Amino acid sequence: MFEELQEHLRQTFDRLRGRGKLTPDDIKKALREVRIALLDADVHFAVARDFVARLEPRLMGQDVLDSLTPGQTVLHHVQEELQDLLGSETQHMRLGGPAPHVVLLLGLQGAGKTTLAAKLALRLKQEQHWPLLVACDLKRPAAIEQLAVLGERIGVPVMRPDSDDPAKVARAGVERARAAGQDIVLVDTAGRQQVDPELMDELRAIKAAVAPQVSLLVLDAMTGQAAMETAKTFSDEIGIDGIALAKLDGDARGGAALSVRAATGKPILYASVGERPEQLEPFHPDRMAQRILGMGDVLGLIERVQKQVSEQKAGEMQGRLKKGEVTLDDLMEQLKSVRKMGSLRELLGMIPGVSRKVRESDVDESQVGKNLAILQSMTRQERRDPRLLDASRRRRIAKGSGTSVADVNRLLRQYEEMRRMAKAMRGMRGRMPQLPPIERR
Amino acid sequence: MAIWDKWRKGLERTRQALKARLEDLGGKGASREEMLDAVEEALITADCGVAIAREVRATLARRPQDDIPAGFREELGRLAGAATDLHFAAQGPTVWLLVGVNGAGKTTTAGKLAALYGRAQGRRVVLAAADTYRAAATEQLAIWAERAGAELVAGRERQDPASVAFQAIEQAGARGADLVIVDTAGRLHNRQGLLDELGKIGRAVARAQEGAPHEVLLVVDGATGQNALAQAQGFLGAVPITGICVTKLDGAAKGGALLAVRRALDLPVKLVGLGEGIEDLVPFDPAAYVEGMAPNFRSAEQ
Repeated sequence: MFEELQEHLRQTFDRLRGRGKLTPDDIKKALREVRIALLDADVHFAVARDFVARLEPRLMGQDVLDSLTPGQTVLHHVQEELQDLLGSETQHMRLGGPAPHVVLLLGLQGAGKTTLAAKLALRLKQEQHWPLLVACDLKRPAAIEQLAVLGERIGVPVMRPDSDDPAKVARAGVERARAAGQDIVLVDTAGRQQVDPELMDELRAIKAAVAPQVSLLVLDAMTGQAAMETAKTFSDEIGIDGIALAKLDGDARGGAALSVRAATGKPILYASVGERPEQLEPFHPDRMAQRILGMGDVLGLIERVQKQVSEQKAGEMQGRLKKGEVTLDDLMEQLKSVRKMGSLRELLGMIPGVSRKVRESDVDESQVGKNLAILQSMTRQERRDPRLLDASRRRRIAKGSGTSVADVNRLLRQYEEMRRMAKAMRGMRGRMPQLPPIERR
Repeated sequence: MAIWDKWRKGLERTRQALKARLEDLGGKGASREEMLDAVEEALITADCGVAIAREVRATLARRPQDDIPAGFREELGRLAGAATDLHFAAQGPTVWLLVGVNGAGKTTTAGKLAALYGRAQGRRVVLAAADTYRAAATEQLAIWAERAGAELVAGRERQDPASVAFQAIEQAGARGADLVIVDTAGRLHNRQGLLDELGKIGRAVARAQEGAPHEVLLVVDGATGQNALAQAQGFLGAVPITGICVTKLDGAAKGGALLAVRRALDLPVKLVGLGEGIEDLVPFDPAAYVEGMAPNFRSAEQ
């Protein structure tokens, strides 16, 4: 989609090239493209309209009109404006006053409150807090059980309700935490299908009973136009201090983030990015801005890669690559780190827009495993000096790895290509070459 | 009549919002451009997406100004498509498979389907708890089984969900049950590993009973935006989706994204959740949907 917007903007401006200067009318056309991109990303209609209105004077500036690449300059402004709206920097939850601090989790059914409660508890525990989870969702069948199981998994105590009044349960939770010396109480509340008066009454009562430091609204990142009204109602009727976006590991563009910011003015504090309890991250407005524009969470991707490839190894390898001395051992390391990063398709799935096409055709997951098996069936000597690999050794390797000689040959061809690339890079500024393209079956 | 009221009630907020925007469509000095703008806005705020909104706008732009409100209803009706029934097996137990992203409402829908199509219609129902991943998912379904008077077949935690589904269908056959509803774990449609697992469940179901699954229902949260299409495409890559169940369609949500899904993939909406009660899960009625979304203002104001 980012590419689409980029392309549209390019076309809009290209037509004008040769005619010299851009006119305000041209800028209006560009603004229209921006608006459509925002709507496609699920930004609320009114928010998109206001956004474009605010953007307009910026785009009328000389830098755009004079730019040789007006499309890029417009994109730059769009991204900056988005980032401003989303909050200029990553914000953290503020827990002031005397302990125990109470954090209230609010949201509609299926937004992901219970899962998020456990994730937040784990995160706080890792930050040397001692949290207590309180199950106040007395409505959904087995919600209490779910929280209890999650609490056990992450090693955080869970208080089961001892009353059918959620406000009383929450109150008792705070008392229990105080008595035990626990410093944070996380209250998981019930959701409803929609914001209804019954739910609002229930939440108001809980809030009055425990005076939370932070009321956190949990919102599904896949939400469409309704995000605006939902957030506004929770904010107006209960009062919220921050927002957590759930299911951001999907490929939704997440324009709802912009809508809820506009509706409440409150910061987005957390992004939930997977099913496992540790998959909760601080929210990065800059990355979200890119994501809404469809540029993908490139930084997030790089971070994940960095986590897996130890810097030293990467450094060593880069040194050898610079000299043009790449071995099959290096290739094996590369494939192993690709494996460690998780499924290639899942990684590519973090990039909205481009992801589907790639997922469907271009990446052959099994090839990584196959190549790795081939490499592991070689002796260390063979990996260091592939010239040793004569026909009989290749047959042995094929047999040992459960592949065919043709597979072995194909891998060796890829290796040759990689070596040539490394050689070609000699003298150039050292950057790690990309893995040679994995051949499709 | 009761069902009609339910639709009206369920979509009341949507209707009011649309009404406010389209109030002047009957005339009162609104310009043609303003009317078309109102139509476009109404469709976009209903999550139909820019593509549909522009298409409808272009179509209506060709009609006389007086025809725009009626044309709007026609277009909505065209996009909503025809009503389609749920399929039952000619012989042996019917098997319905529920799939969808996390939090869409699969388990609740499984429970409500068991109540609506089970005892109330004289069928014996088996609920298969093939969500062996989410904590307490089986307990949740067990409570629904009790409410609906259905039997529960559950696996162990982390048991291969395909084998749970297979066992459930086998047992249902042995016990003479009429309907097996298989609840699966929520999964995002860009997680290939989890989609592969779902494909395996689908194949296990097909192996367990000829002609099964008779329905593969994609459960989609009615508040979902443009991602609904990606969801449908992702799941279609794993299992043969036969229809869509839109949950939580009351309230602020309008479910317009499902019109986009229907148009792009020709997947019919089969069921709609208009409230929290068991009886609020109803077969999709396109005429009622259009009525709920865009009533005939002029006649309504008489």
